Amino acid sequence: MKKSPHMTALTAAVLVAAMAPMAVQAQQKSTADGIAEYRKMLEDGNPADLFEAKGEDLWKQKRGPKAASLERCDLGKGPGVVKGTFVELPRFFADTGKVQDLESRLVTCMETLQGFDAAEIAKTPFGRGEMANVTALATWVAASSRGMRFNLPQSHPEEKKSYEIGKRVFFFRGGPMDFSCAGCHSVDGQRIRLQDLPNLTKNPGDGVGFAAWPAYRVSNGQMWSMQLRLNDCYRQQRFPYPGFASDITVALGTYMGVNAKGAQSIAPSIKR
Amino acid sequence: MTKKPFLFSLAAVSAAVLLASCASVPAGPTAAELDAETLKLIQVAFRDQGIAKVDRIKQDLGQSACSSDKEPTEAVADAVTAQAKNTVKWPTGGQYIGNWREGERIAQSGRGLTWTDSSAATSANGGSCYNCHQVSKEEISYGTIGPSLYNYGKNRGVRDIMAPTSQPIIEYTWMKIWNSKSYNACSNMPRFGHMGILDEKQIAHVMALLLDPNSPVNK
Amino acid sequence: MADPMRIRAQMAGDKATVRVLMSHEMETGQRRDAAGKVVPAWFIQEVSASHNGKAVLTAQWGPSIAKNPFLQFSVKGAKTGDKITVNWIDNKGDKRTDEATVT
Repeated sequence: MKKSPHMTALTAAVLVAAMAPMAVQAQQKSTADGIAEYRKMLEDGNPADLFEAKGEDLWKQKRGPKAASLERCDLGKGPGVVKGTFVELPRFFADTGKVQDLESRLVTCMETLQGFDAAEIAKTPFGRGEMANVTALATWVAASSRGMRFNLPQSHPEEKKSYEIGKRVFFFRGGPMDFSCAGCHSVDGQRIRLQDLPNLTKNPGDGVGFAAWPAYRVSNGQMWSMQLRLNDCYRQQRFPYPGFASDITVALGTYMGVNAKGAQSIAPSIKR
Repeated sequence: MTKKPFLFSLAAVSAAVLLASCASVPAGPTAAELDAETLKLIQVAFRDQGIAKVDRIKQDLGQSACSSDKEPTEAVADAVTAQAKNTVKWPTGGQYIGNWREGERIAQSGRGLTWTDSSAATSANGGSCYNCHQVSKEEISYGTIGPSLYNYGKNRGVRDIMAPTSQPIIEYTWMKIWNSKSYNACSNMPRFGHMGILDEKQIAHVMALLLDPNSPVNK
Repeated sequence: MADPMRIRAQMAGDKATVRVLMSHEMETGQRRDAAGKVVPAWFIQEVSASHNGKAVLTAQWGPSIAKNPFLQFSVKGAKTGDKITVNWIDNKGDKRTDEATVT
């Protein structure tokens, strides 16, 4: 018997109408599952790999006015040691007398070893010129510690101070919307729209929060370092523009990194 | 067997000596010193960008009182809420309630006031309500930072917005949206009227979304 | 010359699973820049892969393929030590060839 198209359409419409509330329910329950599934599918071909490869090349290439490589750069575990450094940053460096995060330390090395102008790099927008190279280098250094657990040192007084300042910056409310990092990130189980918000006042778990950046952002095809992640947080908080590797951004890294002690790093990861 | 107590007391003596010498090592900065240094570092960290100027990080009482992992004292909290109540501007001509369709549009929009926004005019801004709240039942993409506002008017017995019995709820809701610190010193909710995020017409539209019995929120 | 591809070829049973990550902007030609001008189309049009010199895959791509495209395929009958070569050509005539050894 040939089904009349009219009947089929009506049946279909009834079915869709009946399913709609169910679909909304099912959607609500499995939205988080759906997003997790999407992320799993993306894991296999993370374009962060491309930035990792670029970063590795940049580490070994002789560049800059001094035509030198970065292979003698000290990221905290001795000159040239890369593996394991990502999960111990930020930390205190005797040669600069400061607590530094990965990106500011890379810029220090680019200046002292290769002769680049650190202030010029800091002024360069993300994704351009030498700043893009800093991001690629950071991606590779992070990848070299993938799977390791965060263990930032807190033995030097400057490291302890960085933590305390980072905590205060985290809770600082400002701007026309009275936002602070804490407004979104100091409570368990919250989300903004459908984006889960990790609690960064403690260890939020393996591969979450501090342990997930640098990350490749699929939605805009960009490689985001921790400095860029913090920069965009401040933009969304309606704050003015934070200086690249300013003391407060390094302190925030210390605060989050120390709180994440023991969490496994999955950086560089992939994000929507 | 007799050796144990001796070793124990030797260890205890050594520990006491260590503790004594630790006491003479200079202690780290005090909490107050760290607070002051943090504020100094914040001042120098930022620069103007687009419409986001550095004067934005100058804190008012409501912000500085709530910038800690600890709640402010009752006295400070009371000062904040009292100051907030005084800032509330009632709508011109008593127009509390606007159009709920416009309200939904404003609730959905998270735009405005970032350094990538070209204008600081309120007309360019959204209320970002869905970022933190459930509002209508239809929209599943909602946040959980604030309580659900679904059935807001219905739950509060608002059946007729013109009835005198609805007025207290209408005024409470207006005050909460205009300046959330009127009722909660450290509210996470932006002060939409006081900070110039939304103007009185936009707030009236959001009011309609929440309180108009015809709004999907109350169905 | 464009940035290199990342190619991984691993044996799984009697097949080699090949995963390729290409570095390319894949501009659709339908976006406009901040000034309102159309950003010109620039995307990979042809992809081909060979196993020990023998062609095993060809693909015609269009503007719907995402930026930094990821491609995965299996090659039956491959063995450890075999060579996999992948190349692409884009609409501007730019090309890239990279190879990997099956592990």
